[in-house]
Amino acid sequence: MAVRRGRGVAAINYPTGMNLGGDPSQALVHSTPTGNFMVTLSSVDLGQGLKQVISQICAETIGVPTDRVVVDTADTDTGPHCMGTFASRGTHRIGNAVIQAAKEARQVMLEVAAEELEVNAADLETDGAGNIHVKGAPQKAISIFDTALSAHFTRGRSISGRGMFLVPRSFPETETGAMKPATCYAHACTVTEVEVDDETGEVTVLTVKNVFEIGRALNPKMVEQQLVGGSWMGISHTLYETTEPYYPARDHGGSDFNEYLMPGPGDLADTEIIVLERPSADGPYGAKGPGEMCANPQIPALANAIFDAVGVRIDHLPITPERILRALKEQRRV
Amino acid sequence: MAKVPVQFSLNGSEKAEFVDSGATLLAVLRGKAGDTSPKGGCHQGTCGACSVLIDGELRLSCLTLAETCEGAEITTTAGLAEAGVLHPLQRAFMDGFAAQCGFCTPGMLMAAKALLDRTPNPTREDVVEAISGNVCRCTGYEPIIQAILAAARANSHNAA
Repeated sequence: MAVRRGRGVAAINYPTGMNLGGDPSQALVHSTPTGNFMVTLSSVDLGQGLKQVISQICAETIGVPTDRVVVDTADTDTGPHCMGTFASRGTHRIGNAVIQAAKEARQVMLEVAAEELEVNAADLETDGAGNIHVKGAPQKAISIFDTALSAHFTRGRSISGRGMFLVPRSFPETETGAMKPATCYAHACTVTEVEVDDETGEVTVLTVKNVFEIGRALNPKMVEQQLVGGSWMGISHTLYETTEPYYPARDHGGSDFNEYLMPGPGDLADTEIIVLERPSADGPYGAKGPGEMCANPQIPALANAIFDAVGVRIDHLPITPERILRALKEQRRV
Repeated sequence: MAKVPVQFSLNGSEKAEFVDSGATLLAVLRGKAGDTSPKGGCHQGTCGACSVLIDGELRLSCLTLAETCEGAEITTTAGLAEAGVLHPLQRAFMDGFAAQCGFCTPGMLMAAKALLDRTPNPTREDVVEAISGNVCRCTGYEPIIQAILAAARANSHNAA
């Protein structure tokens, strides 16, 4: 009986969004009379940072500072259509819809500015700080504030835009069953080291080293936050969490935080996160969906590390001490 | 059922409430005193989201009867900022991206304040111990540990 050390590696591809009958999201953008921009969505931010990233995407497209954009996630009675924030689809699907809407709003904005400046709209550009000027002649300028006032009170124009991003339904080929269930794959690889006590079945995760390729990180700090928390959650899925430890029986299922186990702050592995950015061809400014993939590669990597340590393949989650001990017993019997 | 009068101080202002006998401090703070910064996660003392300071001691408001708080000084997350300036812990949590969905954050902040009030220069082990009664679903805890250590460093730097 001893504490045995093992190392495991796993690599994954992870899709952005899903396709069960078409995957649409819609966005509406309009300016206030003073040149702030409203993005109207039905897409919910439940802590993943959608509002921040959407405001960046809208601001970048229109050419205004991020703090000039207000995102209204509204509700499903009043907002435009969105399939929802799940399947790592928020940034990619909704971001693409916002770009389309913001481009249309920007075009109207430039047309109004062109009328005020008596120039051609195609000759105008934004400075990113709230002004529009003639290319090569920054002194020939108008603020977006004044442009919006003009649109509302003089020109009678609505600086607004409509955006819709749809991944059409993919039907399987009848001969082969081949289809395209998702788009825009992100990638990840995890290497982990564990210690397994072959007397108690207890697993201690020593290190978790993750590399994520997630397209362009539109907000690098928030991406890092998602990946650090997700790496912890991957360990939690692998070794701790279940509501039905003896599925399909519900016996001994955790019903509160005393019984539903997750690793606490004293159980953290030495964790490393490396982000690789390979901008995607169809994503908003090259983004992919880093949402759910963050907690995936740790699971097969840890299962492999446990195999490396004590020679048993556990193919049910979570990999509890009981399952390891039962497998070790079976291994000795054979 | 007869109501019980309770007077206490909440973040420095005097409160007088008639509470149901057996009502928790969490219910009174949120439902009567209008302070929704303590969160009700489990209502059985296992998640820490409802943590507050009572006379400087870290307590779970979901397991504290309001009527036992007569004359007590209660501090919640809503009382951390002074005159619109964030508390160093709040600043460190923000700068360090130590909140994601934010539900555990008030409890984490109070547990951290209770620690730093007594141990201004904590070790990592001190911080881990201090927040070990608080459950977080999003962050993996590491950003929270780092934020508390950063706030302690900022405090000792300012004091020096």
